[in-house]
Amino acid sequence: MKAAPYKTGFIFILLAAAAAVFLIPFVWMLSTALKTPAEAVGRDIHIIPKQWMWSNFTDALNAAPFMGYVANTLIVAVFAVVLTVFINCLAGYAFAKYDFKGRELCFAMVLSTLMIPTQIVMVPNFYILKELGWLNTYVGLIVPRAAEAFGLFLARQYMTNIPNELLEAARIDGSGEFSIFTKIVLPNVKPLIAVLVIFTFMWRWNDLIWPLIAISEKSMYTVQLGLAMAKGEHFIDWTTLMCLTLLSIIPILIVFLLFQRYFVQGMTTSGMKE
Amino acid sequence: MSGHWYQKRSIKIAPYLFIAPNMILFLTFMIIPIFFTFYISFFDWEILGGAQFKGFGNYAEMFADDVFWISLWNTVYYTIGTVPLSMVLGLAGAILLNRKIPLRAFFRGVFFAPVVVSLVATGLIWAWLYNPNFGLFNHLLSMVGIEPIGWLTSKTLAMPAVIITTLWVRIGYCLVIYLAGLQAIPESLYEAAVIDGANSWQKFWYVTLPMLKPTTVFVLVISVIYGFMVFDLVYTMTNGGPGHATTVLVQYIFRKAFVEGEMGYASALGTFLFIIMMIFTLIQLKLGRERS
Repeated sequence: MKAAPYKTGFIFILLAAAAAVFLIPFVWMLSTALKTPAEAVGRDIHIIPKQWMWSNFTDALNAAPFMGYVANTLIVAVFAVVLTVFINCLAGYAFAKYDFKGRELCFAMVLSTLMIPTQIVMVPNFYILKELGWLNTYVGLIVPRAAEAFGLFLARQYMTNIPNELLEAARIDGSGEFSIFTKIVLPNVKPLIAVLVIFTFMWRWNDLIWPLIAISEKSMYTVQLGLAMAKGEHFIDWTTLMCLTLLSIIPILIVFLLFQRYFVQGMTTSGMKE
Repeated sequence: MSGHWYQKRSIKIAPYLFIAPNMILFLTFMIIPIFFTFYISFFDWEILGGAQFKGFGNYAEMFADDVFWISLWNTVYYTIGTVPLSMVLGLAGAILLNRKIPLRAFFRGVFFAPVVVSLVATGLIWAWLYNPNFGLFNHLLSMVGIEPIGWLTSKTLAMPAVIITTLWVRIGYCLVIYLAGLQAIPESLYEAAVIDGANSWQKFWYVTLPMLKPTTVFVLVISVIYGFMVFDLVYTMTNGGPGHATTVLVQYIFRKAFVEGEMGYASALGTFLFIIMMIFTLIQLKLGRERS
């Protein structure tokens, strides 16, 4: 099926126009971040700053303890990724490859929560964190959300395709169940692990509501919490705020550009279930 | 031989050990909290201690509370404002991109990028674009002689402004899912339609749309849930204001619980939202069954 060249040209122009509109917020953020505060609130519009204020970034980092927020978020995200991916793969493997009493019941329980967002249970979770002494701690940010219905679901689906012969052969060789998991199963599901790592990182990096509930001390703020709180502080101007916003999205945009394929895979397979 | 009975037993025990960490966390932070929400909702429960049983009192208050009805309406308004538009535009974009075209990967990347950016960052960028005095939108309007508009400070415009921001995020999401759906449609169906003399519109109506039905159901359910759960954007852009113009359910629960400290009342609201979610899940299961 060959489309007429003028048709392709028309569609291209349409897409380019739409893409330009989609890029405006990014471009404007970048532009504001690099202007002097006076120019940013000036009357006339120009995208290229008259004076490139690279020092805005160092000023912004001094105005808010932003690097501390970044450190907190990285600690949380890295440990959360390791824990989340590990326990979801482990459980997904058990659900996919073992026959055991209560399997259907346990899985149905997880499945029923797939559509229940954490926002609904924020009130009781505040008390549970408080009882555990996990408010204002890294543990409180890392552990509670490690059991992901999405991750478990994806893991089980993916693990089902591992050939049983592979596992049986290892058993005949005398391997224990756990070492089969670490030495045979995990190396065979690298794309799954990639998807889980990327999504977990993104969710943790971008999360607002859980830190909002679990964290009240400024020294424990995550990037998103720090940003959300910075908006209300009057001594922070728009140039500074756009600098911080830009800094906050750079890591996730880099991850996105490097692993676009996995983002798309994860998004499209996550719900195509049943 | 001794390894044999040992292995048999470990096959029986292993799966329980493997699911244990997951199940313990699930029970502690998801299942128990659901029941706990239900329980707290029957109490006059202060954030720092002090609980008194009050039966259905919180629910009676809820149904008599104007702000509850406003936030429910706003949530529905937001969902209706975001879901159909993002789905239609996402599908349109997917159809345009589902062909050999220069810079295809670049376009897809641009439309999808807002999906990975945090909603806090999105909210801040757009709050700046909407800024009444210095924002880009009012600058552009002033060039054609239109007076500055208080996008986020007007009771009638604040919600549409939040909806437009949401579209920027959600169109790319719908687009990517629809694109995957389109790519799964076998080319032979279109060839058969051409042999039957179908034009482009007929091909779309009789081949593309029916084949995309599972994708549409999926996108619809996810988008409606997303709409009902909106919080981050509203929290950063308007904090529910002006007045209660953008107060939505999750944000009202948050405010009642963590700003005003009325955990019992907030839990009644949470239970209400939970029931809505269960209804959506049941509808989705029913639609899912129909298609298989």
